[in-house]
Parts: sequence; structure tokens; C-alpha cells
Amino acid sequence: MSKHTLIAYVEDVPGVLNRVASLFRRRSFNIDSLTVGRTEHAGISRLTVVVETSEAGARIVEASLYKLVNVLRVDDLTHKPSLMRELGLVKVLVTPETRAQVLQLVDVFRARVVDVDEKSISIEVTGTPEKIVKFELVLRPYGIVEMVRTGAVSMARGHESLSANPPLVRAEVTGQPADHAHDTSGLAMSV
Amino acid sequence: MKLTGAEIIWECLVREGVDVVFGYPGGAILPTYDAMTKYPQIHHVLVRHEQGATHMADGYARASGKVGVAIATSGPGATNMVTGIATAMMDSSPIVCITGQVGSKAIGTDAFQETDVTGVTLPITKHNYLVTKPGDIARAIREAFYIAKSGRPGPVLVDITKDAQQLTAEFEWEAAAPSLPGYRPNLRALPSEYARALELINTAQRPVILAGQGVIKAGATAQLLQLSEVSRTPIAVTLLGLGGIPASSPLNLGMMGMHGEAWVNQAIQQADLLIALGMRFDDRVTGNLKTYAPHARKIHVEIDPSEVNKNVHVDVALIGDVREVLEELLPSVGTVDRSAWWSKIAEMKGDSAVRDIQTLPDSGHLYAAHVINDLWRLTRDRETIVVTDVGQHQMWEAQYYHHEKPRSLITSGGLGTMGFALPAAIGAKFACPEKDVWVVVGDGGFQMTMPELATAAQEKIKVNVAIINNQFLGMVRQWQEFFYDKRYAATPLTGPDFVKLADAFGLKGVRVTKRSEVKPTVEDTLAHNGTVVIDFRVEQEDTVFPMVPAGADLDKMIRRPKRDILAETGADGEWQMPSAAAGSADSGRIVIKAATNGHGKAARKTAPKPAKAAKKAVVVAAAKRGKPGGKRSLTRN
Repeated sequence: MSKHTLIAYVEDVPGVLNRVASLFRRRSFNIDSLTVGRTEHAGISRLTVVVETSEAGARIVEASLYKLVNVLRVDDLTHKPSLMRELGLVKVLVTPETRAQVLQLVDVFRARVVDVDEKSISIEVTGTPEKIVKFELVLRPYGIVEMVRTGAVSMARGHESLSANPPLVRAEVTGQPADHAHDTSGLAMSV
Repeated sequence: MKLTGAEIIWECLVREGVDVVFGYPGGAILPTYDAMTKYPQIHHVLVRHEQGATHMADGYARASGKVGVAIATSGPGATNMVTGIATAMMDSSPIVCITGQVGSKAIGTDAFQETDVTGVTLPITKHNYLVTKPGDIARAIREAFYIAKSGRPGPVLVDITKDAQQLTAEFEWEAAAPSLPGYRPNLRALPSEYARALELINTAQRPVILAGQGVIKAGATAQLLQLSEVSRTPIAVTLLGLGGIPASSPLNLGMMGMHGEAWVNQAIQQADLLIALGMRFDDRVTGNLKTYAPHARKIHVEIDPSEVNKNVHVDVALIGDVREVLEELLPSVGTVDRSAWWSKIAEMKGDSAVRDIQTLPDSGHLYAAHVINDLWRLTRDRETIVVTDVGQHQMWEAQYYHHEKPRSLITSGGLGTMGFALPAAIGAKFACPEKDVWVVVGDGGFQMTMPELATAAQEKIKVNVAIINNQFLGMVRQWQEFFYDKRYAATPLTGPDFVKLADAFGLKGVRVTKRSEVKPTVEDTLAHNGTVVIDFRVEQEDTVFPMVPAGADLDKMIRRPKRDILAETGADGEWQMPSAAAGSADSGRIVIKAATNGHGKAARKTAPKPAKAAKKAVVVAAAKRGKPGGKRSLTRN
């Protein structure tokens, strides 16, 4: 069991998020985080799903996602060079004595102060989910009033855009209008 | 061409080649029913419950291979469809359900008869649509048909608001062609996978082919038999795969799984290669996954990639239509001498035939296995579709009715839906009016959907209903007998007088309590011009053998017991005694291995018992009593 990061391009139609969420629930997969947003293409949204599962489980998730009619393509970024970012907002209590310490931590984590009042500081922090967990950990002794995380978003490294890469469907597509290349060498279904 | 949304629905159905729809009207679908009068080329069957409509569409689809259509109104009409939709989903049956929805402005207000039907059916449909504009109807219905029948088939629901049915829009069939960039029904495996599969097939010593419903859906019977014949590989079939290859074929081992024959399961457990064709390693065929076919490499030919490695880890996956994959494989499949494997299987078969109840002559008791086996003998030369429900009778049918042709057995396998048989049979009859349609159903399941007899009566169609009536929820009782210390909680079941019931529906009803009555009754039924309901009063505490307890190793079966030895003086004039049983004749009397009654004690039952079959089902009791008139005497050795 480990964390797997999958991204999925989906048609931006009513209920599509429900379909994806329902799939994970139905097959008993535990979603760590799920984010969704628009892409550079009109009518297409992009999901990043982080799911705690085995390698075989990830293959089932992938195949099941592909089975959804509104899902256009799926990529498993877990074993690929990729970027992952999450944003957190933390409101932490400060006193005149601790304010400097907190500001120092903000500096160390390359976070940003976005709001200050006499009793608290609000901080924006960006980074990998692990970094945000750590940031939370170091601020906790001062008293966290409120905290929110966006969930992870992810993107493959390199200059090739995703749509030029082979889809991770482990078989050739025939008979359907192909909207992307189908070089599936090395992506055999068998494990 | 400007049409109302309701008219667009029917225009689309006509163009999709629909000749019959099964439905039930109601407020939110009324505009569509009103427009129906303009389309007499589509016959509407009024059901008695929307569940029946979906099962009928399902039965129609399974019998014909075409898409079945069911129509219902919003709210309760649509939620009544849920069981039928789930049944079609589990058994990959192509149906399209059209439901009315409250007006688009009322959605979300908890309006009268409003239900979020696309939400409710989301996990049990292949896909579904909520249509709120008349201009979107045509594309939704075209896509629904395309999705339902392509790739791995399944149910698709189209929920259409009442205002979308009433308002008009331009109808252009061509412009409404499916546009589904994310839908990939025609996946193909890589050439390298074929090479690996062929290497396994051509080198295995003890291969077994597992044939599922995919063989029937793909029409791959000829290719499968060729593969088996060329590679000398025996074939085991799943419940839904029955009929995919002829039961009489020497290549056919029989049914695998929980109530499959012991030697079939043993062959699977000892195999060194499993070639799974269009089946999904359901828990009912694998038993304990940890010990399933431990020595076997596995090749999975499957159209749905999400089934691969879901339950059983496989070595090679060939994604695609079973027939196309086999056609690609066949030229390279070599012939290997596997006679040692075949004789090993023959050896495992051993005394199974002797233990089998169907080798028994008439002992005065009416056994479900006898009824079904006799039914098979009497209908084998006719074009027959048998539709079964769920439970003991379903397993006996699978064991004792020998299906020779694809689509000659329709049964609810995956979901195990009681009440499926009668409506599905009505749907099958509409698909194949020239064939005999037999319903084999338990008294429990029949009572769930028996109002559909009124549908059969109203439509003046002929389905032959064989109720295997043991006045028990038999399969549950059997589990209670084996695993719950014979505490028969809520399984004794009182039914109505099915003969009078048939009469009340204006149909013919017959009761059968003796084996000698089976043949004339079946013959009369076949000759009768209309639906007949036969109440077969069978042994009450009979048991389906063999059985793999749920979760147990596949080869750890509860075998058919070596039967109590019963002496019988009466000759069985009706049927020839098979040589295996005749061989044990003893000193002028025919000594047979008596049919078991499940060796359970009789249930504490307060329900009135039928006159003949009622006497305690325990053989000992019958033996002590003796038989009136001295015609037969039963003694226990």
C-alpha cells in the first residue's frame, strides 16, 4: 500500500465528479485527496486523485476510471518524474513573544504572511503535501486557530505536453475516433 | 422537422429498430405515452410492476442479442426499476430504460414523484443521462443504445423531464450521432500478449478452458469448439456460459463453481493453465481465492479491462471480443497430446454418475431434479428457451437441463434476483415468439413477480411456467441445514393454490405430485394454446449437491452422498434405467441408491401441507409406512 497519484481528464458535464467519487466509494478505494479544475481546453476538466492502494489496486482504479464514459484519459504519475503542489492556509495564534518565532518559521518554509492582527497571523504555504504536514506540525505548539488545504495537484515534468504522450490504457483502441496517439508499447496489461 | 420531445423519443426508438417496449405509464411520462399512439409499429407491453418491465427488457435482450427497452414514470416508477437495472448490470445485459422526470424547473424541489434517478442508478448503470431540453433527447437516446450494446453490454438509463417531452425541437437523426470521445468499447490487446498466450497454450500439460457468458455474447461457439478440439483442451462453463457450447459435446466437462460438478472443480484445481474466456472469476466459481487453481498460469480473454486482475491475478490478459481474440489465436494453436490429462479427468469423474439422482427410477417421490430432467427429455427436440429464477431450482436446472444452443438459458446469475424468471420469460417470448419459453421457478421467487401472469394473459402469449414448489425458500433452507444447525428461520413458505391462481388470471393451471404425471402434463402444456402454470409439488427438504461452501476451497466440495440403499419392487416403466444404476441390481429386486432428502429433519411447519408430497420428507418415515396397495415397498438396509 502506498500513495498513488492519478490525473484524469474528464468532460466538463454535470455529475462527472459524482461519477468519479462514486467509483472510488463503490470499489472501496480510499481517496487521500481529490482536486478538480478547468484546463486550457474548453469543456475539459482535470482531476488529480491521490489514492492509498497497492500497485494492482492502482491498475484497477485506472481501468475503472477509463470505463467511465466521461473520462477522456488517465495518467498514473506515481512512478514518473512529476511535480506535486498543494496550498495551505494556516491561521496561528501569536503573542508579542512568539510573533518573531512564527515569522521565522514562515521564512524557513518559504511561506507567505497574508493577514495579521493583534492575536494571530494567517499564512499561505505552498509545496508538497509532506511539506505542508510538516509546517502544520511546527506551528501546532503556538495554537492553530484554523487551517485549510487544497489537496494535491500534479503535473508530469518535461516539455512534452500530456496529450502527446501515449495514454495509459494498456491496449490499443480501434474503431473509435482517435484523439491521441496509441503507442502502447511497454504498457502491457499483464503484470 | 420540428417535433415534440415525446415524438423524438419514439422516432429514435423506431430508428434504433425497436419493435417492442415494456412499460408502465404515469404523470411524468404521460406526454410520451400520448405520442405513442402515433407510432403503431412499436408494440407496448403494459407490465404490472416496473421491475417486470426491466426484467422483460433484459429477457428480450438476452434471448435476441438486441437492446431491450423499458419505460417508466418518475419517482416510484423509476425506483421500481432499480432491481431490474442492477440485474442487467451484473449480467452485462443491454437494456435502455427511459424514465419521465418532473419538469426541469421543479427539479430539486422535492416535487410530487420526484427522485434523483440518475443519482440512484449511477452505480448500477453503464451510463445514464438526465435530459432537460427536447433538443438533447435524440443524442442521449442514440448514445444510450450505442453504449448499451457495444463493448461489454449493460443498462443505460435516460431520464427525461416532462417539459422536455412537451416542448418542440428540431429533430435531425444524423446530427444526433453519438459523440463519445472518452468511450472506448473496442480495445485490443498487443501482439506481444498474443505471443505469450500462445506459448502458454501450446506448452501446457493440463489446460482447462473456462467459458463464460462472453462466449455467447460474442457468438464465439464455433471458435471455442475449434480451440478446444485443436488443442485437446477440456471446457468448463459458468452458469451464464451454459449453452455457449453444446452440453452433449465431449469437449464439455460441465458447469464449474459452487454447484458445479466435482470433477470439473477438481480439474480446475489441478490444471496448469486456465484459459478464461468472457468470464470474470466471480466468487461463486472460484471459492477461496487464496487456494484457487494454485498450479495454473492464467490467460484472461476479456472485453472489459477493469475485470483483469480484479479477483484473480492473471499471467496474460487478452483484451477484446472473445470471438475476435480466438480468431486471432486459432491459426497458431498447436495440437498437443493431452490424453493423460483427459484420462485423469475421467478418473476424477469416478462414481459421480452413480451418485446422481437422475439415474434413479421412480421411487414414488417427486424430485425437482427428476422434473427438470424429464422436462429436458420432453423438450430437447424443440426450440426451447428456459428462463430460471434464483435458488435450488436454478442449480438443478443448470445440472439437469442440458442446453445445446446459445441463448437457450436465461437466468439471473450475478445479482441473483428472485422474481426474475417470469417477467424475463415474457420478454424472451417477445424476442423469440417461434420458440417455446419455459419458466422454471421456485415457489418463493414466483410469488415475488407473479402478477406478471396478468401481463402474459393480456398479451395472449404463451409461456410455460413450471413452479418447483417445495414450500420452502429452498436454497436458504439448505444453507440453514448445513451451516446454521437446521434452524429453519423464516424459510417455510405458504403459497397460494397456484392452480386456482392461474384460473383467476384466466390461465390454465395444473398440479403434479407424482413423477408419472410429469410427462402427460408437459405434453398437455405444449399442446395447450396459452400460458400454463404447473405446480410441481416436489420433495420439501431436498438438497442441491455437490456444493462448495461459500469461501471454501473449490475442491473441498460437499459431494452427493452415497445414497441410502433402497429396495424397490415397482418397475420404472416410464424411463429406461441407466446402466450404471442397473448394475447394482440385487437378487431380483432393483437395489438403488436412494435419493436423499437432504437428510435433514423435517421443519417445524404450521403451514398446511399438500396432500401427496406432504408426508414427512424423511425416507425412513416412508419406509416404515410402506406404500399403499403393496405396489412398492421401501425398506432400509
